[in-house]
Parts: sequence; C-alpha cells; structure tokens
Amino acid sequence: MDLNSLVEPDRIHKSAYTDAHIFDVEMEKIWERTWVYCGHESQVPKPGDYCALTIGRQPMIMVRQEGGAVQVLYNRCPHRGVQLVGNLKGNTGHAFVCSYHAWSFHLDGKVRAIPLAKGYENTRMAPGNPDCDVKRAARVDSYRGFVFASLVDEGPSLTEFLGEACIAFDDMCDRSPMGEVEIVPVCHRVIQHSNWKFFMENQLDALHPSVTHQSTGIAAARVEKRLIDEQGFAPLYYHYLSAFASGFEQWDAVQTINFPHGHGILKAYMGLRPQDPDTLEHENLLKQAYGEQRAEHYLSRNLHHTLIYPYLSVQSPLQQLRCLRPISADKTLSEIWHFRLKGVPEAIYRRSLWYYNLVNSPATMINADDLENWTKAQWGLASNGGDWVSFHRNYGDDREEGGIIYSNHGTSEAVMRNQFRAWLTYMQAE
Amino acid sequence: MNTHDAANKKAAIRPAGFGVAIDVGAELQREVEQFLYLQAELLDGKHWQSWIDLFDDRGVYWMPVSPEQTEWEGSPSIFAEDKLMMEIRRGRVSHPNAWSQAPMWETNHLISHVVFESVEGTTIQVRSRFHMMELRRDTVRHFGGSYRHTLVRDATDGLRITLQRVDLFNGQAAFDYVLQIWV
Repeated sequence: MDLNSLVEPDRIHKSAYTDAHIFDVEMEKIWERTWVYCGHESQVPKPGDYCALTIGRQPMIMVRQEGGAVQVLYNRCPHRGVQLVGNLKGNTGHAFVCSYHAWSFHLDGKVRAIPLAKGYENTRMAPGNPDCDVKRAARVDSYRGFVFASLVDEGPSLTEFLGEACIAFDDMCDRSPMGEVEIVPVCHRVIQHSNWKFFMENQLDALHPSVTHQSTGIAAARVEKRLIDEQGFAPLYYHYLSAFASGFEQWDAVQTINFPHGHGILKAYMGLRPQDPDTLEHENLLKQAYGEQRAEHYLSRNLHHTLIYPYLSVQSPLQQLRCLRPISADKTLSEIWHFRLKGVPEAIYRRSLWYYNLVNSPATMINADDLENWTKAQWGLASNGGDWVSFHRNYGDDREEGGIIYSNHGTSEAVMRNQFRAWLTYMQAE
Repeated sequence: MNTHDAANKKAAIRPAGFGVAIDVGAELQREVEQFLYLQAELLDGKHWQSWIDLFDDRGVYWMPVSPEQTEWEGSPSIFAEDKLMMEIRRGRVSHPNAWSQAPMWETNHLISHVVFESVEGTTIQVRSRFHMMELRRDTVRHFGGSYRHTLVRDATDGLRITLQRVDLFNGQAAFDYVLQIWV
C-alpha cells in the first residue's frame, strides 16, 4: 500500500475513508499504539469500580485499584479467553472472577486463585507464571483526572502526546475553584454510519454550521428574538442553537489553531461569558481561589472546543466531551459525556446542561443533520464518481510557526490538511 | 359529586406493590384513551402544531435517560422541552433545508395498557405503554417504553398535558442514528 499516493498536501484519496484494509492498519498503527482516552477517574470512585471500553479493536477494562490508582486491563481471561466483565460498568469487589472456570484475579490483573490448581503443576501455567495474569495496557497515565492508556511501551509520554491540546482539560478544570471536575454518570452513545474522520474534520469545519444547521439556527433565532422583544432577554441556551445560523463571514473570522499530532482548536464564537448573577458568583469564586489575575486569565481563554486527534472533541467551556470508538471503516460509535465543575453554583451546571440536552443528546437538533451529511459522504465516497476528497480551501494561505498552523480564515481547510499530516506519520511508522 | 371525585372513591384494582392502578370508571377511561390515541395520530400524521397544542401553556415533554430520574429540570435528558423549545423543533423539521428530513420518513405508534394512577380534582395521572416503529430510508427502527401523562382540564373542560414523561426501555442502549421528533 503506497500511502504517499493517497495523501497529497491538498487532497486525500477516498480509500482512506472506505477501505477495510486501511481501517485495520489505522487500528493497528494509530489506536493500538497512541494514547487513547479511557475515561475520567470519577467514573470509578471506589476500589473494584470498573468501566468497559475499547482501544482500537481491543476490549479493555478501566478499574480502580485497592490502593487508589486506576489500572487498564485487557478484558480477557488468560485461561480460555473469555471476557472477564460483560457489562459496561459495575463493581467487581476485590477480584475479577471468570464466568467460565472461576479463575480469579486481583484488581491489578495478577492471578489470585485457580480452581484445582494442582492440575497445573509442571505445566506452563503453573502458579507464578505471568502468563496466568490478565494482560495490562503497557502504559496508563492521567491528566487532571482524565485517564489515557497506550498499548505499547514506546512512544511519547502522555504530556508529549497532548502537547498544547492539554488546554482542553486545563480550561475545563480551571473553571472550578477546586481545579477539578467530576463526571455526570450518563453516557449518550450514538452510532455514526460513517468513517471516524468525518467527525474529526467536521468538529473544526467552520463553514458547515450555517449550511448544515440552518434549519435549527433559524427556528431558534426566531424564538430568541421574540423573547428579547417581549421581555428584554432570552436565556443563553437559545443562543446555543441560534449561533449555528451565523453568516459565512462570521464563521470565516473564527480562527483555528492546528497543533502537531493532528490536534487543534476552534476559537470561541458563542459569547459564553454573560454577566448575570450566577456567572458573577462563579467568577468571584474563581477570583477567591486563584486571585484576580489568574482567574481573569482562565476566564478569558478564547476557545470553543479542542480536538485531540484522532478521537476526542472537548468543549471545555461547556464541560462536555465526545469520544470516538471506531467499529469499521463505515461505522463509528460516539460516546458523549458531561462533567460538573466542582465547587460552583448549580446554575452553572444547569446552563451547560442545556447544551448537553439540546446539541449532544440522542434527540439533538444539531447533530441529526451532521450524521446525515456523514452518512451521505460515506456513500458518495464509495462511488466511482470521483477519487479524491478536496481540502483546497485557503491552501497556501496558512501561517505556520514552530510546527503550529494558524489559519488566516476560520473556514480554511488547514484543519483537515493538518490532520492528514498526522495520519500519514502514524500510518507510515514502522 | 362529579365523575372525577367519584373516581377517587374507587378502590385500587391490583395488589399493593405491583404499580398503582385505580378504577376511574368507563367514561373517564374512554376519554383519556381517546386523548392518547389522538396524540399518537397527530405525531404519525406530522401535525406538529396540533400536537403541541395538546400541551398546557406550562406543558413539558420529557424523556429522561433513566427511570430513577424525577425532575425534568437539571437532569441529563434525551428530550427536555417546554413549548418554546417544541416550537423550535417544529420550526426546524418544517424548514425546507432540514437536510436530515429529506429521506422517506414515517412513524407508526401503538398505545396500550392505559392505567390510571390518580385523579385529584382536575389533575389526572395516567400511564400507558407505547411501541413506535420508525421508517427512515429503507430501515425500520423500534422504540418502546412507557408514557406517564399528567393531564389537567382547560377552560372548555378539554384535556391538556402539563407533563408527558417518556421512558424508553432502550434509552441507554446505543442509538443507531438519533431521534428527530417526539416519540
């Protein structure tokens, strides 16, 4: 497979989205090597608490240890290969016990007991052999409570991998006077009938909202305007929807910043710093905790959302996160989470909850049209109507400094060009 | 004594511990059943505004994520809509550029198991079961679950919804695509 012939600086061959073999290579060379998001520490508060997840094609378990650390194990019994947990989440007590032959394991994966253990004497599986343990992720690390794992020993550290995209978690956590968030224990899971790349490209595609989301933006703007006319104001959540109908020129003025490893940010456009009493109380709490200057720095970050390539979109000002778990070249599971800022007024949670309910729920008035686009894109690319996907807009116009690409236009397809630069590096690694 | 007060005098019609169910008499039972059928037919017929008009001015349509949730405000939800938000949803799906509405799309509701929980003055609590089949392009999806309606009387003694709670039995399973209109 000649990957160089698929990735040109300004266009990508359609097979990157449709080819089953390329998908397998992506799982092997990207997902099963790089740092992949597992979950938040607050999902597993007590020893034995676990969540099941996938890293690439690998079924994994994130589990809280007796000593307080979080470990990530393969969800596979070393005896006959049966998955150790069959649920998405739960508490396994002090041990995992296999449902087939009752091999049991400590929470760190080490074998605890094997029934009729004498039967293994003088075999490879005699007690003490590490083959009797549940295999662990090669590396587990966390950043401000967000847990990641890598299935290989080599490669950049988590902080090297995240680079400047760690702003996703800093911006979220710094909005709490305690510097911490906790997960809201609900996960919306939505299947996308499309390649994972469409989601990642779409998240920083500032040209599409006023086209794709026109119907919702207009309908919301109408009600928002009527409320303002009648009562002088409209709650912020109407603007969550009406902002999608902003004109092309407005979107073009929103900058994207594109980092190494394919990460990137879309700058703020929604005006999420109103001056109502709840916000002012929140801001005062931050000033008390961090001092005037640092609090102001935290509150004035210019950020709508951050992409951590190739699977995470973090909307830190609204404390939400979407994580992709690819299933096949044309099928992707998205997991959609919301977080609470610790130590802030309930009203701040409720305000961001509107965004979770209106934009990110399975009855979303926004993503319904995105999903339709991506499905049709997947079908379109499977056709013989053309071989290439165009990323030419503002090609040659972007400003690169120190490996970071700043778009001069918000709608520049610099985002996609940067993502494919990272993709090619991953895919061509030995 | 009007029929509503008479209904409250009726004894529970099933053993304790298996869900509240009271006998409200054939007349009220029939009136509410017809109301629920009307609501389902308005959805299937895509008569969005007539459907919204079934709600009281303070009416809310709420689909929580899990049965344990008790408050529509402040809860992560699949739907949590007052009448203004319903108006936005109606406006959106009716817009010619609601792209996701372009494919062939129909629903078919069945309503059954209409059971009364209480009648207090003019406020009625009634639960029922539904099964909605949804056709989208050439694929049929199934959504099943329970409705719990809180109904009141309007100025003309007609029924109006103050809260429609919808518990999908498959609400925490992965959604294959999303929901665009009320269930």
